[in-house]
Amino acid sequence: MIWISKLGEITLSLLNRIGRMGLFLAKAFLCAITPPLKFSWIIKQIWFIGFQSTLVIILTGVFSGMVLGLQGFHTLNRFGSTALLGPMVALSLIKELGPVLSALMVTGRAGSAMTAEIGIMRTTEQIDAMELMGLNPFRYLIVPKLIAGIIALPLLTAIFDVVGIFGGYFVGGKLLGVGEGTYFGEMANYVKIKDVLEGIYKSLSFGVIITWVCCYKGYSSGFGAEGVSKATTQAVVLSSVLVLFWDYIMTSLLF
Amino acid sequence: MIRIENIYKSFNRFEVLKGISFQVEKGEILALIGGSGNGKSVILKHIVGLLKPDQGHVFIDGKDIGQLRGNDIEEIRGRIGFLFQNGALFTSFTVYDNVAFPLREKTKSSEKEIRERVMKELDQVGLAGAENKYPAELSGGMIKRTAFARALVIKPEVMLFDEPTTGLDPIIAHTILDLIKSLHEHLGFTAIIVSHELSRVFQIAHRVAMLHEGRIWTVGTPEEILSSKDPVVRQFISGVTGGSLKLY
Repeated sequence: MIWISKLGEITLSLLNRIGRMGLFLAKAFLCAITPPLKFSWIIKQIWFIGFQSTLVIILTGVFSGMVLGLQGFHTLNRFGSTALLGPMVALSLIKELGPVLSALMVTGRAGSAMTAEIGIMRTTEQIDAMELMGLNPFRYLIVPKLIAGIIALPLLTAIFDVVGIFGGYFVGGKLLGVGEGTYFGEMANYVKIKDVLEGIYKSLSFGVIITWVCCYKGYSSGFGAEGVSKATTQAVVLSSVLVLFWDYIMTSLLF
Repeated sequence: MIRIENIYKSFNRFEVLKGISFQVEKGEILALIGGSGNGKSVILKHIVGLLKPDQGHVFIDGKDIGQLRGNDIEEIRGRIGFLFQNGALFTSFTVYDNVAFPLREKTKSSEKEIRERVMKELDQVGLAGAENKYPAELSGGMIKRTAFARALVIKPEVMLFDEPTTGLDPIIAHTILDLIKSLHEHLGFTAIIVSHELSRVFQIAHRVAMLHEGRIWTVGTPEEILSSKDPVVRQFISGVTGGSLKLY
């Protein structure tokens, strides 16, 4: 009977956590759709989450595209269909790798920083100070990050896709001899607007997942350096897992 | 003005407050003393509604803080200044922006009016010239004074000081307490001071409440407390170890 009681305790605790996270997101969305919005705080976050992640996104995108070009060329060569290298690289990037890898890179670069920043503000009572001024911390700390995530992720994903496609072309076209017209022409034939939209929908939802999980973990972090470091680790792990899990759900729904 | 009625509070089944009751009159300075871990800061956080009691009530001007929501709690908080133990300054803001923040966000004052108010408060706490520094560049005393200026800028009717002198050298600690006294005389706010700087606090407080074992052990004027025969009070004031006071 002890194990039943333990199982019940674990289930209740899990449901409790999911409920808290759900309420946190609902509160954030409620604040995001009701004025006042703090535009200067939102712009600062777009700069931090979006602009400052550009370099890492370009690097990841170009190497992912190059690897796809190389692997794709050798695989397609076995079937004598290297002409389809362009669509293969583009569809892989636009539908899957672009949104997912961009989300994982943003989680590592900006998500962890978000959790640490909010966690330290919680530990040093800065959030309490804000509340005592009669200000809602969600409007200053959570909503700007949520909106910035929703705006920045699709843009970063677009950059990832474009540089990835050119990375694939550099290897497939310049180094391995697939013609420029073939690479881009076939791509135009096979890549449909539906595929692009699928990538955009995914990156939008990943923007919500990353900012939601990372902000929640920071906001509810334990006290002291240990509490913040634990929250940061949990935020990165949970965001990454949720991004991959949600990617599967989205793919199965959108196909 | 502030009335605390029989509040109980536990954290992880550890009972910190066991039926605390006291009140503070308008314009009065009450010093809250007691050993570390006895729940003094917890009481302050109940007064501003950052913590909710398991039982009991906190009233400010007759309004039960625990029952207030939304604009009502914001209105009450707008009348209270809170000086946190570590200052709780926004680390990404300069001293000026820290003090200006509540004015920018809560009032419709122009930037010129805000500048005048902020510079006046900074001058009042002896920080004129430090407005462009970041919290990381400030000494402990300067952090407390900036936090004090930020609390004062909203012209509070009530000031709550959570160990305003902790971590400061004796001279700076006395300077801070002198500052509290002179600003109280000038502005007339109601105040509760949690402090271990007994000699100086006893000079500026009108009454002293001692917390022990989760209860208000004794309340009286500083003279009454100093002349108390109660062994717990005597031990706390003299700082002798090994008596009935438990150390946490």
